[in-house]
Amino acid sequence: MGTTTTVKTKFELKMGVATREAYGQALAELGKTNPNIVVLDADLSKSTYSAKFEKQFPERFFTIGIAEANMVGIASGLALSGKIPFASSFAVFICDKGYDQLRMSVAYPHVNAKFCGSHGGISIGEDGPSQMAIEDYALMCALPGFTVLVPADEFAGRALVKAMAEHKGPVYMRTGRPKAPIVYGANDTFQIGKANVHGDGSDVAIIACGLLVAQALVAQSQLEEEGISVRVIDMHTLKPLDEEAVAQAARACGAIVTAEEHVLEGGLGSLVAKAAALSHPVPMEFVGIQNTYAESGTPDQLMEKYGLTAPHIIAAVKRVLKRK
Amino acid sequence: MSNQPVHPVDKLRRIALHMRLDIVKMIGAAGSGHPGGSLSEVELLTALYFRVMRHDAKNPTWADRDRFILSKGHGCPALYATYAEAGYIDPGLLNTLRKLGSPLQGHPDKRMLPVLEASTGSLGQGLSIGIGTALAAKLDRRDYHTFVMVGDGEIEEGQIWEAAMFAGFHKLTNLTCIVDNNRQQLDGFVKDILDPAPVAEKFRAFRWRTAEIDGHDFEQVIPALEEARAAKDGKPTAIVAHTIKGKGVSFMENNPEWHGVAPKPEQVQAAVKELEAAAV
Repeated sequence: MGTTTTVKTKFELKMGVATREAYGQALAELGKTNPNIVVLDADLSKSTYSAKFEKQFPERFFTIGIAEANMVGIASGLALSGKIPFASSFAVFICDKGYDQLRMSVAYPHVNAKFCGSHGGISIGEDGPSQMAIEDYALMCALPGFTVLVPADEFAGRALVKAMAEHKGPVYMRTGRPKAPIVYGANDTFQIGKANVHGDGSDVAIIACGLLVAQALVAQSQLEEEGISVRVIDMHTLKPLDEEAVAQAARACGAIVTAEEHVLEGGLGSLVAKAAALSHPVPMEFVGIQNTYAESGTPDQLMEKYGLTAPHIIAAVKRVLKRK
Repeated sequence: MSNQPVHPVDKLRRIALHMRLDIVKMIGAAGSGHPGGSLSEVELLTALYFRVMRHDAKNPTWADRDRFILSKGHGCPALYATYAEAGYIDPGLLNTLRKLGSPLQGHPDKRMLPVLEASTGSLGQGLSIGIGTALAAKLDRRDYHTFVMVGDGEIEEGQIWEAAMFAGFHKLTNLTCIVDNNRQQLDGFVKDILDPAPVAEKFRAFRWRTAEIDGHDFEQVIPALEEARAAKDGKPTAIVAHTIKGKGVSFMENNPEWHGVAPKPEQVQAAVKELEAAAV
């Protein structure tokens, strides 16, 4: 397991920058020290924030045009030539339109190429379901050898972008559009494949990723006030999953709730359930998108309507505790 | 420069014949595979590896080597035969084609056979990978050239035209796309399924320079490849090589049935006899 933070004070939602912006910030930093980093984008560089890299290193930035399949293939060729390409677009476009290429040109030969899908989940808001990736965890985790990352906030985002540059092999990171509540500080550390654990509660473990980590921490504060002892696990690496953290949580708490901005099929909940089933089966509840596409609306309205806020996590905790 | 000796054309013809024999025998031994589209590639691969490309079998990871990517991955028996001829792999491996544990997988697998520049087999992807290696050459100020071979059926895939648009727009002179224009695909003749003709005209419209050649005539193949490699006019080159699917084996030539069927032992024998007779 990674670091365990002791929770002493009530968690309050204080907004930082979006994880997509953290991605751009980290790339621009990495460009200074690593001349092998090459950045590609498919006509969304202002939205994915890869433009932050372009501004400083225009000779190492390629705008591919609206052609995601070609972009993924080009990233493969660059990686095969010793470069470390970072290719970005909206998560739904890079994963879905580039999927055969991610499989055939990247995962199968296991090339050292990095991909970032921004605008993950339904919290993009008004643009609606055509732009919302709610299947990307399942798609990317299904590719053998891929590492899949979902940062919770800007600190996790910047640190994990650096980790993905150092990691040898294909990596996918999902980032989000809206400003993300601050969960961490500059001194927190992140390691691929090692969950960050918040608190050592023993009644229930909430295992979350992305924006749902902050919601889980809000839920934790409220549940602790009711006398329910909660640990929150930020599973920022979906693959390889920190199975040890899941096993420890299952043994220590005897109940698990997962929370993710993704359909329940093939996402974080499925992965955690498998890990728990193999180590220490316990009652589980799953917070996520229920076999549906969402719609236009404000991010807050959508997260509420589709069941991805702290009250929904609290309700799931109450359900799972009854099953213990 | 290349550590490969420059072979005269008569030597190239002998190599091509030997490769055809290898292709027929290895697919026969495997019991499955794609003979038609392998036999159509032979002169193109022979000219690349024994005359035009800068490469060194003793140093397969040489940073300045020319790259060859077989985008039409099902034609890999011809590439494996080339590797054996050029000294990249032990010729004894050829009869392990498609067998469990063999580096000579049914379609090219770079994990199993690292000398491959890319893993291919899902059509349409090799040209984009070639753009990546060509861009890397520019970034690193290296003068190696990237050659990608696609099939004329393969260019029905949309990704090919995304790549063609990009390479032309970005003036990737260090990239050549060879179209093995053998006029057939699995279900029949390309002209009856989704005819991409006029192919050269399409590439020109995407800002490429083009050449149309007889893909079995070394007197046309060699100059076209050499000109493409030497080009400095700010355009990638597309070479539309008119070829015969199944070339060299009369019962396979121009018969779509031989796209993905292995010859039976007696058919291998007949093919070997015919190829050897033609050599005399």
